[in-house]
Amino acid sequence: MTNYTENSVREEARAWLGENWNPNLDLFEWRNKLADSGWGLPNWPSDWYGRDLPVGLVPIVEEEFHRVGALPIPKSGIRMLAAATILNHGTEMHKQKFLRRIVTGQDVWCQLFSEPGSGSDLAGATTKAVMVGNKWVVNGQKVWTTSAHKAHWGLLLARTDMDATKHDGLSYFIIDMKQPGIETQPLKQMNGYASFNQVFLTDAEVLPDFQVAELGDGWKVATTTLMHERRAADSLRAWGQVPDNEGPIYDQERAEIETTMAPYKWYPQRAGRVDLIMERAKETGAIKDPAIRQEIAKLMTLHKSAEWTARRARSAQEQGKPQGPEGSLGKLAASNVARTAAKVHTMISGANSMLSGEDSPENGTVSEVLISFPASSIAGGTDEIQKNIISERVLDMPKETRFDAGKPFKDIPRNTIS
Amino acid sequence: MKFSFTEEQDEFRSGLRRFLEDKSPSTEVRRLMATPDGWEREQWSKINTELGLTAVAIPEAYGGHGFGLSEQCIILEEMGRSLLCAPYFGSAVLATSAILYAGTEEQKKELLPGIASGDTVATLAFTEENGLWDNSGIATVFENKNQHYSISGTKSFVLDGNTADLIIVLARTPDSKNDEGLSLFTVDAKASGLRKDLLKSVDETRKLARIHFDQVPAKILGTEGTAAGPMKKTMTRSIICLANEMVGGAERLREDALEYVKMRMQFGRSIASFQVTKHKATDMLADVELAKSAAYFAAAAFDEDDDETEEAASIAKAASSEAYMQTAIHSIQMHGGVGFTWDNDTHLWFKRAKSCEVFLGDPAHHHEKMMTIWDA
Repeated sequence: MTNYTENSVREEARAWLGENWNPNLDLFEWRNKLADSGWGLPNWPSDWYGRDLPVGLVPIVEEEFHRVGALPIPKSGIRMLAAATILNHGTEMHKQKFLRRIVTGQDVWCQLFSEPGSGSDLAGATTKAVMVGNKWVVNGQKVWTTSAHKAHWGLLLARTDMDATKHDGLSYFIIDMKQPGIETQPLKQMNGYASFNQVFLTDAEVLPDFQVAELGDGWKVATTTLMHERRAADSLRAWGQVPDNEGPIYDQERAEIETTMAPYKWYPQRAGRVDLIMERAKETGAIKDPAIRQEIAKLMTLHKSAEWTARRARSAQEQGKPQGPEGSLGKLAASNVARTAAKVHTMISGANSMLSGEDSPENGTVSEVLISFPASSIAGGTDEIQKNIISERVLDMPKETRFDAGKPFKDIPRNTIS
Repeated sequence: MKFSFTEEQDEFRSGLRRFLEDKSPSTEVRRLMATPDGWEREQWSKINTELGLTAVAIPEAYGGHGFGLSEQCIILEEMGRSLLCAPYFGSAVLATSAILYAGTEEQKKELLPGIASGDTVATLAFTEENGLWDNSGIATVFENKNQHYSISGTKSFVLDGNTADLIIVLARTPDSKNDEGLSLFTVDAKASGLRKDLLKSVDETRKLARIHFDQVPAKILGTEGTAAGPMKKTMTRSIICLANEMVGGAERLREDALEYVKMRMQFGRSIASFQVTKHKATDMLADVELAKSAAYFAAAAFDEDDDETEEAASIAKAASSEAYMQTAIHSIQMHGGVGFTWDNDTHLWFKRAKSCEVFLGDPAHHHEKMMTIWDA
């Protein structure tokens, strides 16, 4: 292994960018250079489009990219989850076939995990894969699938054994999304957006080569995918920020991001838009109302305490301390902030809270907060599941009684909708 | 701003926690709270000679150890946790800050070493019977006859006002109001014309007194008429200290309630296995941890003289008041009937939570304060 230092990495990245970065390149051409050189994902293995760089040094490379305005690889959506899963569990063929096209952004991926009958209890999936002749034949329904309508490939969790226990009967596949057995429909949410899809699988086919890991290892592999979900969300945020620079490559990148991000325009609103509160209160004169002042201050107290808790957790982590309880409370605190913010926005906007779209304050943003915040306490694990996890792992309280352990899956009571 | 604790600070905390667990178990708290003074000299000198707790945040030039507010707040958090019966808050926080921020160099050298060593117990008398926590409530007046000062009026809610040796008093010129015409004075507790009534307090571990001043001779602290600035800083510092004391108490309540539900069996199962209990315990954890972050942040901001200090202090006070009281309510509920009995210790902290909730301004007061800062 080469010994890397911050300086050596910085110098190397700087030299490479000096020779290769050119804002007049075509976006695809540039991404190919990133794939060939390994600078797009420097912590990846050098055999697979990376440079074996320790993950801790990646920010140095990112800084250098940022300094010259060089564009990163398209870390959008489920692509990075697919890449991590394939790197960890995929075969040589999977790596050959998929990884490069992930780095260059040629393929869109989606994740086929959640089902109408299994939300929090993801391992209760009932979509079935049955070997017919020399192919897997898949039947079932998936939901909350981002980008399914555009996806070329899907990460599929399906049941291959009804007699095995719940977790042991699942297997993991890569499925071709462009086939007749797959039908996708947009899933319209209560706020009017359709950020996700429903996917209907009717005799959809998977070749045996496209199974990931062993039969019955599906849950294990899915856990790897889910572990990367948080990290993917972070890198997606970073990818969404294109430098202000002018040039065709930036326009190309912006156009791609615009299309990718359009269904998620409401995401800042679901977090409550605390940033708008003071401005709105001053603008509407609500700031003069003593009752509203109290509610605003309560919200700010909650919001700032949550922000400082995240900083405290980061600061302890930087010191190399083991994670304290403060590190696990962010999600719960965020949904509390969102809920409270929606209440305060309502007080500030008064009767206008009844209006939506361009008739609503801030051209619909306020209305969007009021009808989007409930997603915060559900998406990515409900508050209830969070509380179970924290009480069991942090507070060491008894685990929930399970009624599904050790039984064949076919004997476990299930939803009538499956 | 960094506000996670260093290894040294963590060690200091755990040493202090062991000391207080040993010296201030609830049996000792119950014994002392039943006495009119509420504390004893012997134990007070021990925490000062052995651990130098009062001296910690006093500058070295005045007989202290010269640490910051973050270090002093560790002490307060641990004292809040153990409910230590001692005149620490009045002497080491309120009175010390007033002298530090209002006194002349000479006065600091004269007054602080005695406080630092614990030989002198001081307190600050500022609030009056109207219970207002800002200067608009000050009606006690002073008179200046050829640099001979005297004070007349009534102060109330004076922390350990019945036992303090030295009382710092906030008074004003008769025709002044709000922040104008305010001066701080030092008054000997034995001075003529001074009468003290011990008040019956909900939280018996913390004694409160009403003090009547009838032309009581006093010495001016600092410069006449300029006390508003030093008082503001004294209040900010004290509010942050109180917030840290509160999160210490809240965490203790949370841990005790958790331990209790894990041990308690009903319907053939641990009541900690009920999801409703697990979720409540998690809510309590979130309340306390968020309030701790605010309290720690405010102390760090004060030490760094950060622009956000004032608002952070009010946020910390509001957050910890709500968290402490809510945790106390949940704790009693989690104990069930036994939690409402005198013999169970929960009510000791419940009562401290109630008194801290309003002392130095309740959440509504601090909400309004932060809004005034942001709305300016």
